Amino acid sequence: MSQTDTTVGGVEAPPTRDRSRPYWTSRRRDQLTGYLFIAPQLLGSAVFVILPLILVVWYSLHEWNVLAGTFEFVGSENYANLADDTNLGSVLRATGLFSVGLVVFNLGLALLLAVLLNQKLRGTIVFRTLFFSPVVVSLVAWTIVWGFLLQDNGGVNGLLDTVGVDGPNWLRGEGTAMFSVVVVQVFKNVGLNMVLFLAALQGVPAELYEAAEVDGASRLRQFWRITVPMISPTILLTSIITVVGSLQVFAQIAVLTQGGPGTSTTVLVYYLYQQAFQFHHFGYGATLSIVLFVIVLALTVLQWQMRKRWVHHES
Amino acid sequence: MRLGKAVRGVAATLAGVLALTACGGGDEAGDKGPASLRMTVWSANEAHLKLFNEIADEYRKTHPDVAAITFDPLPFENYTTTLTTQIAGGNAPDLAWVFENSAPDFVASGALLPLDDKLKKTEGYQFEDISPATLKLWQDGGKLYAYPFSTSPFGVFVNTDLLKKAGQKTPAELIAAGQWNWDTALTVAGATAGATGKAGLVIRDFDYKGWDNLSTVWTGWGAQAWSEDGKSCGFAAPEMVEAMTTLHKAIFTGKALPGPGTTADFFAGDAAMTVTQISRASLLKPDGFGWDLVPLPAGPKGNYSVVGQAGVGVMKKSKNADAAADFLAFLTNPTNSAKLAQFFPPPRQSQLTAETLAKSNPTLKPEQLQKVVIDGITNGVVKPSHAGQAELSQQVRAGLDPLWKADADVKAVLDGVCTKIQPLLAK
Repeated sequence: MSQTDTTVGGVEAPPTRDRSRPYWTSRRRDQLTGYLFIAPQLLGSAVFVILPLILVVWYSLHEWNVLAGTFEFVGSENYANLADDTNLGSVLRATGLFSVGLVVFNLGLALLLAVLLNQKLRGTIVFRTLFFSPVVVSLVAWTIVWGFLLQDNGGVNGLLDTVGVDGPNWLRGEGTAMFSVVVVQVFKNVGLNMVLFLAALQGVPAELYEAAEVDGASRLRQFWRITVPMISPTILLTSIITVVGSLQVFAQIAVLTQGGPGTSTTVLVYYLYQQAFQFHHFGYGATLSIVLFVIVLALTVLQWQMRKRWVHHES
Repeated sequence: MRLGKAVRGVAATLAGVLALTACGGGDEAGDKGPASLRMTVWSANEAHLKLFNEIADEYRKTHPDVAAITFDPLPFENYTTTLTTQIAGGNAPDLAWVFENSAPDFVASGALLPLDDKLKKTEGYQFEDISPATLKLWQDGGKLYAYPFSTSPFGVFVNTDLLKKAGQKTPAELIAAGQWNWDTALTVAGATAGATGKAGLVIRDFDYKGWDNLSTVWTGWGAQAWSEDGKSCGFAAPEMVEAMTTLHKAIFTGKALPGPGTTADFFAGDAAMTVTQISRASLLKPDGFGWDLVPLPAGPKGNYSVVGQAGVGVMKKSKNADAAADFLAFLTNPTNSAKLAQFFPPPRQSQLTAETLAKSNPTLKPEQLQKVVIDGITNGVVKPSHAGQAELSQQVRAGLDPLWKADADVKAVLDGVCTKIQPLLAK
C-alpha cells in the first residue's frame, strides 16, 4: 500500500491510505478468512489457557483468605516460602518416584503388550480390547474398585492367600502404597499407549525384517535395530504424554491414600490441592502450581531436545 | 508503544475478570425482588431433607419475599473443603452448616454474620433457653456467629444378637454389674470378633485417618489433643500414651478393632459395637438385628462423654443475609427445634428432657435418652477443634500413621506428632 507523508504545523500527520485501490483485496479477504477460521481456537486458548495462567501468576503474588474475604498483595513472599517449606522435599521426591515408576512400567508394559498383540494369532483382538477397555472406564470408579481390591482383606491379598502368600497391607505401607498407586494408574492407561505402539508397529515395513532375517539377525537384534528406531517418534510422543500425565496425578491419590501413609504418596498436585483448598492457602497453592508448570515445561523441552539424539525418521 | 498497548490490554482484561469475579462473589448487597436462599448441609438423608423442606415451606407461607429455600447436601467426607471452594468460587451459600472442627476458623475469620440481635429480637424465640455451654464454640468477642444446631453425644451402638451368638455379656449387663469400662468393652469386642469372624468394635469415621474421633477413647484417660488455650501439644502426655497404648494393643493384639485397611459397617451387621453419634440411629433398619445404645465405657478417669457439634451460620457475604438470618431464627425457634430434635439434639434446655426427646425419638428408650443424650450434652467434652484445623489435622494424621503398625513404638510416634504440630499450635 502506498502512503503519503504530510506535515501539518510542523507535526507529522498520520499516514493516509491510497483510496484509488480497493481495501478488500483478494489477499486481505484470504487473511480475514484465515483469521476467522482460527478465531474460535484462539479465543478458547486465550480464555481457557492463557488467561488462567496469567491469573494463577497473579494469585501467586497474593495471600487470599477465602473465609475472611481478604486479598492482599504479598509480592514474592509465597515464592520465598518455597525454600522454608519442610514438606516440599518429600513431596518432590514422591512426585519423582511416581513419575519414574509410571513411565518405566507404563511404557515398558505397553510396548511389550503391543509387540505380543501384533502377532498374527487367534484371539489378539479380544486381548487388545481387554487391555484397552480400562482407558474408557471412569477414573474415580476404577480407583474406588482398586481401593477395595487392595485392602488388607481385599481381593489381591485373597488371591495371594490362595497360593499361600501373606500379602502386605498395600495402601498402608510406605513402600507398597506408592507402588500400588503406580500399578493402579499403569493398568488404567496402559491400553492407550499400547494402541499407539500397535499402530506404529504396523507401519514398520515388513521387508526390513525380511532383509534382517536373510542377514541372520536374531529376533532381539531385529527389535533393537529395526523396531525401536522405526517407532521412536511414537515412543517420544507416548513418553511426553506419560510424563506430563504422571505429574498431574490427583484422583488416584485422593481416593486411595490421601497422600499417606505419612507423606509418602503426597505428590505435587495433591499437595497444592491441600494447600489451596484444605488449608486455605490459595496464594501458596497458586505458587506451587507455577512450580508444577515450570517442571512440566522443563521436562517437555528436555524431551523435545533429546529427540535429536534418538528419534529416527525425523526431518 | 506496541508493548504498552499489550500491557494495557492484559491489564484491562484482568480488571474485567476480577470485576466479574467480585460480582460473582456476592459482594453486592442490595437484592432486588424475592430472595432465594440456599443452605449447605452435610446430610443427604431423605428424612432429614423432608423435614427441612417442610419447615422451609411453612416459612415461605408467611414470607412471600422469599421465593425459594433450597438445601444443598455436600458429601460428608469433603464437606468443609467443598464449602470453602464454593466461597472461593463466588458461589457461597446463604446459610451453611459448620462442623465443630472448623468452628474456630469460621467464627474468628468474620465470614459469618453475628446472630445475637436477630435471634434475641425474634418474637417467641426464647434465646435464654439455649444452654450457654453449647454456645461457647460459636462465640467470639461476645458475639454469636452460629447457632449450635446439633449437639450430638457419642455413644456405643451394640449388636446384641452378635454378642449373644459369641456368648458374651452385653454392655447392658456389664453396666448393671458396674463393669462397663474400656477393659471389658475391648475384651468383649475381641472375643466376639474371634468367635463370629465379624469385627469387634468400630470407631465410626476413624478409618485410621479421622483421628479426632479417637477423642471418644482418649478422653476416658483424661488426655487431650492440645491444651485448653490451644498452644501446647497433648499427644506426648502420659495420659495420651497410656490411652493410645491400650488402643494399639486392642487393634494388634486383642483384635478388638478391625485393623488398618479393613472396613466393617456396624449398621450393615458387620460389627459387634460401634462408637458413633446418636444421630446415626437413623441408619438402623427396622427389621435388622437386635440392638442397644449405651454410654461410652468408663476410662481410668471414670465416666465421661464426648460430643460432636454442628452450628448453622449465615454467610456475611450473602446477598440475602438478612433474609437468611430471619429464616435461621424460624428454623431454630422452639417449635421447629422440637421437630428437629428427632435427628439433631437441640441446645434448648427445656427440650433436653427424656419425655420431650422420646416423643420425637421413638426408637430410643427414655433411659437411653437420659444417659446418652441428656447426660452426654450436659457433661460432654467437644471433639478437638483449633484455628487452622485442616492443616493441623493433616499433620497429626501423617504423624500418627506409623502408630498403626504392629511393632510401633507408641511413645516415639506420639512424640513425633508433637514435634510436627507444635510449630502450628504456637502460631
